[in-house]
Amino acid sequence: MTSELDIFVGNTTLIDEDVYRLWLDGYSVSDAVALRVRSGILEQTGATAAVLQSDTMDHYRTFQMLERLLHAPPKLLHQLIFQIPPSRQALLIERYYTFDEAFVREVLGKKLSKGTKKDLDDISTKTGITLKSCRRQFDNFKRVFKVVEEMRGSLVDNIQQHFLLSDRLARDYAAIVFFANNRFETGKKKLQYLSFGDFAFCAELMIQNWTLGAVGEAPTDPDPQADDMDMDLDKEFLQDLKELKVLVADKDLLDLHKSLVCTALRGKLGVFSEMEANFKNLSRGLVNVAAKLTHNKDVRDLFVDLVEKFVEPCRSDHWPLNDVRLFLNQYSASVHSLDGFRHQALWDRYMGTLRGCLLRLCHD
Amino acid sequence: MPGKLKVKIVAGRHLPVMDRASDLTDAFVEVKFGNTTFKTDVYLKSLNPQWNSEWFKFEVDDEDLQDEPLQITVLDHDTYSANDAIGKVYIDIDPLLYSEAATVISGWFPIYDTIHGIRGEINVVVKVDLFNDLNRFRQSSCGVKFFCTTSIPKCYRAVIIHGFVEELVVNEDPEYQWIDRIRTPRASNEARQRLISLMSGELQRKIGLKVLEMRGNAVVGYLQCFDLEGESGLVVRAIGTACTLDKLSSPAAFLPACNSPSKEIKEIPFNEDPNPNTHSSGPSTPLKNQTYSFSPSKSYSRQSSSSDTDLSLTPKTGMGSGSAGKEGGPFKALLRQQTQSALEQREFPFFTLTAFPPGFLVHVGGVVSARSVKLLDRIHNPDEPETRDAWWAEIRQEIKSHAKALGCHAVVGYSESTSICEEVCILSASGTAAVLNPRFLQDGTVEGCLEQRLEENLPAGCGFCHIPYDELNMPFPAHLTYCYNCRKQKVPDVLFTTIDLPVDAAVIGKGCLIQARLCRLKKKAQAEANATAISNLLPFMEYEVHTQLMNKLKLKGMNALFGLRIQISVGENMLMGLASATGVYLAALPTPGGIQIAGKTPNDGSYEQHISHMQKKINDTIAKNKELYEINPPEISEEIIGSPIPEPRQRSRLLRSQSESSDEVTELDLSHGKKDAFVLEIDDTDAMEDVHSLLTDVPPPSGFYSCNTEIMPGINNWTSEIQMFTSVRVIRLSSLNLTNQALNKNFNDLCENLLKSLYFKLRSMIPCCLCHVNFTVSLPEDELIQVTVTAVAITFDKNQALQTTKTHAEKSLQRASTDNEELLQFPLELCSDSLPSHPFPPAKEHLESASSNSGIPAAQRAVTVEKASPVGEGNFRNRSSPPCANSTVGVVKMTPLSFIPGAKITKYLGIINMFFIRETTSLREEGGVSGFLHAFIAEVFAMVRAHVAALGGNAVVSYIMKQCVFMENPNKNQAQCLINVSGDAVVFVRESELEVVSTQQPAANCQPSCTGGEVTT
Repeated sequence: MTSELDIFVGNTTLIDEDVYRLWLDGYSVSDAVALRVRSGILEQTGATAAVLQSDTMDHYRTFQMLERLLHAPPKLLHQLIFQIPPSRQALLIERYYTFDEAFVREVLGKKLSKGTKKDLDDISTKTGITLKSCRRQFDNFKRVFKVVEEMRGSLVDNIQQHFLLSDRLARDYAAIVFFANNRFETGKKKLQYLSFGDFAFCAELMIQNWTLGAVGEAPTDPDPQADDMDMDLDKEFLQDLKELKVLVADKDLLDLHKSLVCTALRGKLGVFSEMEANFKNLSRGLVNVAAKLTHNKDVRDLFVDLVEKFVEPCRSDHWPLNDVRLFLNQYSASVHSLDGFRHQALWDRYMGTLRGCLLRLCHD
Repeated sequence: MPGKLKVKIVAGRHLPVMDRASDLTDAFVEVKFGNTTFKTDVYLKSLNPQWNSEWFKFEVDDEDLQDEPLQITVLDHDTYSANDAIGKVYIDIDPLLYSEAATVISGWFPIYDTIHGIRGEINVVVKVDLFNDLNRFRQSSCGVKFFCTTSIPKCYRAVIIHGFVEELVVNEDPEYQWIDRIRTPRASNEARQRLISLMSGELQRKIGLKVLEMRGNAVVGYLQCFDLEGESGLVVRAIGTACTLDKLSSPAAFLPACNSPSKEIKEIPFNEDPNPNTHSSGPSTPLKNQTYSFSPSKSYSRQSSSSDTDLSLTPKTGMGSGSAGKEGGPFKALLRQQTQSALEQREFPFFTLTAFPPGFLVHVGGVVSARSVKLLDRIHNPDEPETRDAWWAEIRQEIKSHAKALGCHAVVGYSESTSICEEVCILSASGTAAVLNPRFLQDGTVEGCLEQRLEENLPAGCGFCHIPYDELNMPFPAHLTYCYNCRKQKVPDVLFTTIDLPVDAAVIGKGCLIQARLCRLKKKAQAEANATAISNLLPFMEYEVHTQLMNKLKLKGMNALFGLRIQISVGENMLMGLASATGVYLAALPTPGGIQIAGKTPNDGSYEQHISHMQKKINDTIAKNKELYEINPPEISEEIIGSPIPEPRQRSRLLRSQSESSDEVTELDLSHGKKDAFVLEIDDTDAMEDVHSLLTDVPPPSGFYSCNTEIMPGINNWTSEIQMFTSVRVIRLSSLNLTNQALNKNFNDLCENLLKSLYFKLRSMIPCCLCHVNFTVSLPEDELIQVTVTAVAITFDKNQALQTTKTHAEKSLQRASTDNEELLQFPLELCSDSLPSHPFPPAKEHLESASSNSGIPAAQRAVTVEKASPVGEGNFRNRSSPPCANSTVGVVKMTPLSFIPGAKITKYLGIINMFFIRETTSLREEGGVSGFLHAFIAEVFAMVRAHVAALGGNAVVSYIMKQCVFMENPNKNQAQCLINVSGDAVVFVRESELEVVSTQQPAANCQPSCTGGEVTT
């Protein structure tokens, strides 16, 4: 006796959260059944393995049918085939678009192309996440990217509107899209200590301050070829950053800057002497990072540079986080007292964001 | 020109991409009714076209309005080649034809294609202007309301219940026409869908005409079925109960939540006696045209062992003069006379209802059924489908005579079904023989003193159990006792019925689903020989099914079955029998005896041991079941000892030996066969298997209950969460060495596993009850068995449940004490020669208040109706809001029950009767057979919901999937499925919302009259 056909269809579509998770995690039906058995569900309910198998198959089939709709979540709300209460719809969508930290760290900043997709095998082996789940997550990134790529307006809002995600998740996706678009390098060994959260934090600051949308001039921009407002860095701004070079190129200015910072921080910093010794290096590092951002290649290496030029020196001298904060504040603020320096606004736009990022990047 | 149909095509959404190059679609719509077609403009390059068409107007006869469906076809315009069809929508406009139902159909309909399934949605508005037709000879029956619900619909009152209406129409099945050799399966499936739509419209119209002839205005319990006879054609047939209904809108007139119409009128059943089982009619000769009927219970059969007879005889004579003879006798006769006259003029006094207005059902005799095996031949003249008509007439006649034999003049809970395999067809009909109160059958003439007197002495909750036949002249051997409730009338020891449990029935504990399952192998044969073989097998199957039912009932410690459905399905090489019913313990009937096992070889020690071990297991199971279902009859036995009732028989029965029973075999007719229902002989391995299978039925996990009736006795505090579902399973039997035994086991496992799966899936709803569990079995191919289940899971409140069981217990205690009182009074009354006066006055009052009830709050009523409609409109507005808005789709509930827990049905919008075919040529790609059917059933649900929503409704009640015919050809990667569903579209209002509404009512109270008079414009 073999079961040829075995289905269950409810007027309200039954969603089992546990099975949904297993499905999202990419387990095959038999693996999912095994995992459910291990969870002790048979003992709790008195069911048999065959019942569990049938139940799991059924849910998997439902999820497969729903998957098409989950690719465009507003469709899920308007479709008539599956009657699902709104709270459940939200759960389905949110979970479907939720991603694994380990996975996103592998893909963050990479081009969401076929080439990357081919590497998913390796990522799967490396992270222990099933290939199926990797594919889903990758496709999600790519799908969101494709949809919002051409759109104007706030990245987070666009994502929320088209994918009906929670605010938190929409922000994460904004970061992913932003990183993918700008191809920031995040995979280098020295960046491994950084979490997705760290990058997402930086991405948010950068989107808020460094993109075209941040300036608020776009709606009047008649040029349809203009850069996407939230996705691309403001090219003009990046060009202008070259002007900051004077801060380290002009020896007087550099010395003055240093003395201003040192005066203000004397006695307040545990690592004062180290700071004093290192000031010129650090400042050169930060300003040079800015000056190089006109080249795409250097934009991609932004985080590598920041870690190399700032985080690592601080770390080797064991700066406490609070000292880093005091230093960066003073370092940014002191520029305002440099009479010969004319690019105060530019400096603030650059340093305001960078300060936030650096503080976030400084940890173990 | 009696009607103008107006259609407007508003918009489409989510259309499929028809042009690969642009990823877009150039859609337009054809609107067809009868022979007239209109087209919209082509809306270029969009998946969400906004046609916003003018009103397309069709001027048509009302006859056509009833027969024809509105056909809407969405196409993709193609300049160079033929336009591609995207899909279709069929809209049944019948609901617009009665004044009280929907006035407009408006909403998003899924666009359906037989190959691709649902492909986007289309927003359509449909209206009908009807002109009054003065033509007396008209062929239409506009205005007759149809209900699938098998009880009087909640917002109506039955003025007269006229009786049985039936009709059938036949046609050639397009699939078997010559043209199908040249056209695509898709085209022929579309032709089939269209034809069936047309045929059901025609059928409904014809039934409507019959109802008008009877001067009724509605059909209740309307059941329409298709017989796909293959080459010999397509038969669409329907049965129903014609009624004259009155709109009842006072909220006071019914209790919304409860399952039964008007609980407050508590009087009800009259005094007489029902009887349990049926009988089997004459010897069956296996001719192909022969009909058989067997009856459910062979139980009594054997009880007449010497000790039993003594016991039962003595009291009988004593009592005869007391109750039955004196009061029962004359009234019974009088009543019978009267009802008979009311029913005589009817050819078939059948009622498809399963629940009745209070007082309607007087006594229940037992199940009557008839089957007949026919050979299908081509229907030569579709306009005169005489043969099919004659076949059914024959079977109905048989049913009628069975009912008569049981002393009953009517059959309630009546239904008909067929099973077809190749050219052999089994026709089946079954129902419950009953005695009815004439009051409802005619215009008010009868309500004289007779009735009142009858009503006076009725004990609540047991009247329907009292036997309707003459105890001295019983149609079959049965064991009678005095009613355990009223002690006055005779009752059988077991009662089988096809109806729902009457609301006022006194029940102890909870009920449960009981199934008998059976397979029989049959040789493959052709035509005549095949029919003969089937005819030969049928009686044995019926017998075994009944034995199983009886044994399982005993095992549960219960004494009555309700909602009994026995389905016999025929396949190439086997027959399957599946009986489902809800077992309960009726307080009026005696406690059932246990089951005794008897071995054949008494000398073998180890064997004896084995037997006694089994016996112990059985006894344990019975004890466990009694606990599980809370069957603890009040210490009735003690009371009984002092009463003039025979001693409980169960003890004596337990020890009956098998030799005694075999002595009696001679006097038994076929259905009583060889085995006593209470004594299981284990004479061979088969019998052993039977006993084992008895014990393998696992009770549902704790927190779950199940029944196949509308209501579950012992649970009445439903919460509002409901989940209707359909589950389908097909198993392939290994073709090697199939034996009856292996088959039975397979089938049994299939059903049990299916139930287990359901319990598991629905575990989050605990505590809950699966209601209206409806199993159907079919044999689509040689080694395939298909089982389809539709049911609804309803949660209930556990705490309250405890309370109610308590109060229930209290109630029964009370009852016991009043019984005692009555007993005390009894001798006195006998002396004074007067009827017991004590119980009447309250009953009378009740009656009066009930009738005046319907008069007073008329004003209020109208208001509720009005209050209700805004809700509907609100929904509608919501739905029609533009697709871009963030509104979600309105929820439509579906349930096979006639009510929605925690809510009140405020309006019936018309019946939903839909037929779909789905086919695929890429079965594997669509997820195999399971993926294919899963998607299809989900689509069917979606289309039902969309139609209900478009009518302005928010639920379907009495939903039923009447057919689910699945065929596959895995080698060709193809599959096809036909599904037929029906139900009543309704508007319901949650009780919590209702309270708000009713508090607002007084203000708006002044225009009472417009309920019935609304004109559809």
